[in-house]
Amino acid sequence: MPEKTMVEAIRDAMDEELERDENVFIVGEDVGQRGGVFRATVGLFDKYGADRVIDSPLAELSIVGVGIGAALYGMKPICEIQFADFIYPAFNQIISEAAKMTYRSNGTWTVPMVIRAPYGGGIGGGLYHSQSVEAFFAHIPGLKVVIPSSPYDAKGLLKSAVRDPNPVIYLEPKKGYRLIKGEVPDEDYVVPIGPARVSRSGEDLTIFAYGMMHYYALQAAEQLEQEGYSAEVVDLRTIYPVDQKTILDSVKKTGKALIVHEDNLTGGYGGEIAAIIAEHGFHDLDAPVRRLAGPDVPAVPFSHPMQEWFMVNPEKIFKSALELARY
Amino acid sequence: MEKSEHLDLYQQMVVIRILEGRSAELYQQGKIGGFLHLYIGQEAVSTGLISARKPQDRVITAYRDHGVAINCGISAKEVMAELLGKATGVSGGKGGSMHLADVNNNFWGGHAIVGSHLPIAAGLALGDVYQKQDGVTICMFGDGATNIGYFHEALNLSKVWKLPVLWVCENNQYGMGTTVERASAVSEIRQKADGYAMKNDNVDGMDIMKVREKALEMIEEIRSGSGPQFLEINTYRFRGHSMGDPERYRQQEEIRKWQENDPIGIYRRYLVEEKIASEEELNGEDKKANEIVEDAVHFAESSPEPAAEELFKNIYVEEGR
Repeated sequence: MPEKTMVEAIRDAMDEELERDENVFIVGEDVGQRGGVFRATVGLFDKYGADRVIDSPLAELSIVGVGIGAALYGMKPICEIQFADFIYPAFNQIISEAAKMTYRSNGTWTVPMVIRAPYGGGIGGGLYHSQSVEAFFAHIPGLKVVIPSSPYDAKGLLKSAVRDPNPVIYLEPKKGYRLIKGEVPDEDYVVPIGPARVSRSGEDLTIFAYGMMHYYALQAAEQLEQEGYSAEVVDLRTIYPVDQKTILDSVKKTGKALIVHEDNLTGGYGGEIAAIIAEHGFHDLDAPVRRLAGPDVPAVPFSHPMQEWFMVNPEKIFKSALELARY
Repeated sequence: MEKSEHLDLYQQMVVIRILEGRSAELYQQGKIGGFLHLYIGQEAVSTGLISARKPQDRVITAYRDHGVAINCGISAKEVMAELLGKATGVSGGKGGSMHLADVNNNFWGGHAIVGSHLPIAAGLALGDVYQKQDGVTICMFGDGATNIGYFHEALNLSKVWKLPVLWVCENNQYGMGTTVERASAVSEIRQKADGYAMKNDNVDGMDIMKVREKALEMIEEIRSGSGPQFLEINTYRFRGHSMGDPERYRQQEEIRKWQENDPIGIYRRYLVEEKIASEEELNGEDKKANEIVEDAVHFAESSPEPAAEELFKNIYVEEGR
């Protein structure tokens, strides 16, 4: 099986879906001739033409709005937001329009669309090219929110997202685009939206994470093993609707939960996982639930050391997990 | 135009007028609740405009949508039941007044957030281009919507991509209680289309025949590949912005002046003077319109409320669709 990077797997997924279904098209800033700012669509313009890989004006709300209209029409748009930080102008379109169309029309309108956006810090992008936006969208019934952490899942989940009849927010950990490599089959396969995955089996505690933080959590688990602790790692993959069963089964097994995300702590997505465990898994706990997240500052600052202080990394996860394991 | 077509359009206008009047009563009786924005005074706009569309042409509008829905072919019963939030409403009671929707009549809503539906209209039109269909998307909005960013992005994009859209500004002179002059840098809204090198025109929205003629001309040009066009229709709402509007911002004198130009009165005079229909025939149409609305009110009032389990239905596309 060929080894690929995350961004190559994402590109392959779009290539195959464009090939499979003529109603699939891509729209976004510089996705066409330039191949995308992160090269996620490279080669697709030449292969499928300007009508299917559409360069848009620099206008995020319109990229999403046009996608919604085309999806209502029966098309399958893949809208690219160049950086997740730029998604806010489209917020109303996503929250008020895409997420509510099926509900408000009592099921007669459908919005089969994907909104892809690279998110997260650690690449020196500064305040407006590093943000994590998942918590905003994981609050909204009508949306599905998917975050892959491996090339295999990136391809399979994106293909599922394109085929899903509902609007899917597909967030790509951009620091992992070329850093994370893995085996990816050339053939067609899908990874279903919804189920989480136990990516490492363990006994002493569970680390819940997604995206880049899941990649780091696996590294932290290796380190923990050298200290004599066996960590289970759960990759949430779909954060809305979330797989409660896998979360609770793991807590039942290990009795300790560490929830990790890069987004800042307060009001972050980890609170939801903590609440699920508190409500439904309280009696399985041997220690208080822990959250490890970005600090509550407005954004990832530019300066290299400040960025390092902001970012959750394998070492920070290891330390937090070790404390929890020794509780 | 055939006589029967005239009578049909006349009846649609009268149905809208009576339906809106009855809605106001039901609102005051507490049977509708929430917010209610009436179309009284603007009937010639949507009736004329939509009479010019072909079945493949899509209509999408803002929240003042009851009249537009009727013109698109949604029954008065389904509209009234939706206003009352009943299970038999066009959206099963989930939408209500501002969010009527019916894919079968190519009516794409009813949108409550001002200007938010304009990029969506561009997307519907992109669908026609992509699928090489000859439909035209007719997107209606108020003067207030032309001051928001969505409007400018959507006009620009539609022009760049040569999308088959007729952008229709219903200029009823007020965005809620703020006059056009106080909110817009240009008081003639169509001038904004000039900024996007978009062909534009304006028409008197109180005269249905003028609206229809202009709409026919522009829609067919767009269908022939002209790219998007912009039509400003000057009109006036006889009632407040919504049922909760005390209307302190305008003088009774101004309202009277416009009401002398009642669009139904103008059409009626035209039909009689051109000897298309007699007063008696038109009185007969009025009577029929009244019956249609009374039937709709009876239907709506006697319809069941939605079942509790409907709350959790259609959040996502249901299995098997």
